[in-house]
Amino acid sequence: MAMNKKVADAVEALSGVHDGMTFMLGGFGLCGIPENSIAELVRLGIKDVTCISNNAGVDDFGLGLLLQNRQIKKMISSYVGENDEFERQMLSGELEVDLIPQGSLAERCRAGGAGIPAFFTPAGYGTEIAEGKETRVFNGKPHILESALTAEFAFVKAWKGDTAGNLIYKHTARNFNPMMAMAGKITVAEVEELVPLGELDPNMIHTPGIFVQRIFQGVNYEKRIEQRTVKARA
Amino acid sequence: MSLNKDQIAQRIAREVQDGQYVNLGIGIPTLVANYIPEGIDVEFQSENGILGMGPFPFEGEEDADLINAGKQTVTLEKGAVIFDSATSFAMIRGQHVQLTILGAMEVSENGDIANWKIPGKMVKGMGGAMDLVASADNIIVAMMHANKRGESKLLKECSLPLTGVACVKKVVSNLAVLEIAEGGGFRLLERAPGVSVEEIRNATEGKLIVEGEIPEMQF
Repeated sequence: MAMNKKVADAVEALSGVHDGMTFMLGGFGLCGIPENSIAELVRLGIKDVTCISNNAGVDDFGLGLLLQNRQIKKMISSYVGENDEFERQMLSGELEVDLIPQGSLAERCRAGGAGIPAFFTPAGYGTEIAEGKETRVFNGKPHILESALTAEFAFVKAWKGDTAGNLIYKHTARNFNPMMAMAGKITVAEVEELVPLGELDPNMIHTPGIFVQRIFQGVNYEKRIEQRTVKARA
Repeated sequence: MSLNKDQIAQRIAREVQDGQYVNLGIGIPTLVANYIPEGIDVEFQSENGILGMGPFPFEGEEDADLINAGKQTVTLEKGAVIFDSATSFAMIRGQHVQLTILGAMEVSENGDIANWKIPGKMVKGMGGAMDLVASADNIIVAMMHANKRGESKLLKECSLPLTGVACVKKVVSNLAVLEIAEGGGFRLLERAPGVSVEEIRNATEGKLIVEGEIPEMQF
């Protein structure tokens, strides 16, 4: 019988988080972000946290909510262009920022979860990203050494999940969620639909439950669209 | 007359070959999808996790869970596939995506590109650009020949922090099509309709290589 990882809500799922911790948060832009866990982090008001997340939300949604509250000490991201408050805090020196190439960010999370301490990649060679990093030539091409990332808590969002923590994502809401689920010491998954064991097709599961420690049924998803683009009907 | 953004995209679309997997950056590159000639089958990769990306949805059919790397709502073509970010960059780093088309703030005559940061001013981050330019076999830059202050963006050396070194193969601007020559320099291949070689030379700070008659682009 599979283990039961179901918890009541975000309050129970986030028990144990405190000031100064390092978190991973899934999502690309506002797509596939753990809305309920972010709301609980805001409610708890914990400070000086390091957030590893591809983006930093927008001014009034996603991680932007934590930025507004000055809860974040350091961000590790690849693209933060949609958030004016972020840019302001960064340029004024209030916020420490480590910008890293998106593919390196994804692979560093994957490596963290997969027990690979570091890897070589061509991304960023010859740029300021490579400063201070070991460089080696493979097959005539220079590569830089990038280290794995892990986090004390990883917060991910999925479409469907079961009580064993198995997860299925919808469309591009998948993005960074699977690697971050792997790289969290405690991975908290929030899902739009929490189903009993046996209801998910084992062939269709994206994140095996072994990577998830706590799972809860999310509520009140806003799923805000950042750039609504449509075409006219003919 | 210099090209508008749609014409730049239209010209670049002719560089796309049948059977290619192509990554399009934000801005002018996104428009290239609108001009792929009949009979050319390509699949567009979006680095947030789509292969087989389709056009924007009809109003009312947009889905918050289905966006491109520019965070715009999109659709999926038949046969499309969704994957995570690590798999996406395995496709890119592993050179399974053959062509990358992206914008730039500066390109140097040896193919260096800068497009992610203006120190002390603008800090948006590199997103996937560093992985893309370090990996794809063919990299085409779509951009205006000059910046908003009228200064050339085709330089001897980039002044802004680099995104990648010696990686750009071709530049399509509002004035010209140019390729990065072996050993350095922008080799002029085509002129925008009505734009003279002299105008292009004046707008190009880096070394411009002009060999023989330079044809006008045909539209």
